[in-house]
Amino acid sequence: MIPFDYQRADRADGAVAAVGVRPAAAFLGGGTNLVDHLKLGVAEPELLVDVTRLPFDGIDTLPDGGVRVGATVRNSDLAAEAIVRQRYPVLSQALLSGASGQLRNLATTGGNLLQRTRCPYFQDVTTPCNKREPGQGCSARGGYTRYHAILGASEHCVATHPSDMAVALTALDATVHVTGPNGQRDIPVTELHRLPGDEPHRDTVLEHGDLITAVDLPELPMAARSRYRKVRDRASYAFALVSVAAALDVEDGTVREARIALGGVAHKPWRANTAEQALRGAPATEQSFREAAEAELAEAQPVRDNAFKVPMARNTLVATLRDLAGEEAR
Amino acid sequence: MRLSFTVNGRQCEADDVWEGESLLYVLRERLGLPGSKNACEQGECGSCTVYLDGVPACACLVAAGQAAGREVGTVEGLAEGDGLGAVQESFVEAGAVQCGFCTPGLLVATDDLVNRVPHPSDAEIRESLAGNLCRCTGYEKIMDAVRLAADRRASSEASRSGKTDA
Ligand SMILES: Cc1cc2nc3c(=O)[nH]c(=O)nc-3n(C[C@H](O)[C@H](O)[C@H](O)COP(=O)(O)OP(=O)(O)OC[C@H]3O[C@@H](n4cnc5c(N)ncnc54)[C@H](O)[C@@H]3O)c2cc1C
Ligand code: SF4
Ligand code: FES
Ligand code: FES
Repeated sequence: MIPFDYQRADRADGAVAAVGVRPAAAFLGGGTNLVDHLKLGVAEPELLVDVTRLPFDGIDTLPDGGVRVGATVRNSDLAAEAIVRQRYPVLSQALLSGASGQLRNLATTGGNLLQRTRCPYFQDVTTPCNKREPGQGCSARGGYTRYHAILGASEHCVATHPSDMAVALTALDATVHVTGPNGQRDIPVTELHRLPGDEPHRDTVLEHGDLITAVDLPELPMAARSRYRKVRDRASYAFALVSVAAALDVEDGTVREARIALGGVAHKPWRANTAEQALRGAPATEQSFREAAEAELAEAQPVRDNAFKVPMARNTLVATLRDLAGEEAR
Repeated sequence: MRLSFTVNGRQCEADDVWEGESLLYVLRERLGLPGSKNACEQGECGSCTVYLDGVPACACLVAAGQAAGREVGTVEGLAEGDGLGAVQESFVEAGAVQCGFCTPGLLVATDDLVNRVPHPSDAEIRESLAGNLCRCTGYEKIMDAVRLAADRRASSEASRSGKTDA
């Protein structure tokens, strides 16, 4: 681990200025991803600016009925919050399905969104990786790809985004508040993460020095019946092979609205627009659910080790919708 | 830097700390508290679990600078005087310790569980300890130890509240 400077920020503008002027500076949240990367040599910052004592640790109801989650709220606190459990259960379930208690007690909202891929070649500095070092090549091509993408990948990178929380936020249409060297802006979470294209080193649309300050959950009554379903190699404490975040609004046996996002399948949390479109106005039946899932996965392009993810994603989506429709009928 | 924080209820100062070293390193190498174990250093095994401001955390992923002014509780703090605390006794009695490397982290995680949940189900125990890996025991005796610790905590709570009622 190379030596670096450490500063604790007490103001957002100070933190942005400190990181903004130094190309090799980074914000430090809970550290559960970044400190790991410092040890592995995946990240080599000269300066870490600790943002965990900034006044962004609140969860507040907004005048329009939405909820604002501060960037430094710990994952465990967000999962346990009564408003979240009642109004956005999918978010609470997604958070609790990720990592372990000891990690969720450290991890922050901002850091969770910006955690980096678990592609083993990315984390191993001795193997070529376009995400770590643009132009080196991608070791996953022809290599181990059980955890890799089936949708939206490029020849330059087939990595997946590992966050469970971000999949739930994507289904909920959350908005990310950012303060950067050029001022403040709001980014829909669906536009925060990128597909790899020919710039896989860029995970998100954020620029250097952009600080996440909060995430807003919109008022969304249908989210009170929402679910997160995660398929993994063991019962707990493993990253998703495939996951589904969904909310369903059914009236008189017909789907009025559906919100769906898939995890473990792409370089970003995958909003299932095609499936949602197919479901709107369709009867809430197993057959509609299956057709919607098939439509969403029609373009799937598995690589060497992950062909199983296509039927797994389809079946997990159908099962989640079936559960939600069953809940609605009761 | 000089790191000031509270460890097991006592105010502590450590000098010449580099803010980038881990809290685990500070505890073990600078403060002479080797109970918390250093195994994976990647957040995967839970051997380094300590209380940080009252909740369990992996000390291997906390930068020392982040611990400034905060309250840390280590496995050493679970002892009662010179003897073992009730959670520690439960692990010994249930035979839940083989090589012992995972034990300190499990003790802190178990202490937290039995404080929060009076009568944890097996599913709750498994989920609460999911972040603590053991390579030796196969977990069955650990499950026994946690059930024993939970029963003891519940009965000591009951006798304590019985006394105040009387
Ligand atoms: C063993 C293990 C298992 C795990 N399993 C899962 C799992 O199953 N599911 C899952 O979803 N996650 C899992 N995780 C990942 C974990 O959720 C993330 O490490 C955590 O959410 C990152 O949050 P943090 O606050 O610790 O981020 P940090 O490590 O502090 O930071 C991560 C990145 O975000 C940047 N950053 C932090 N805060 C801000 C901010 N406010 N604004 C701008 N940039 C910021 C940092 O510069 C860094 O680049 C696991 C981690 C480990 C170690
Ligand atoms: S898939 Fe992406 S992250 Fe993995 S080795 Fe290839 S370029 Fe790197
Ligand atoms: S040493 Fe910290 S989790 Fe393994
Ligand atoms: S007793 Fe050896 S790792 Fe658990």
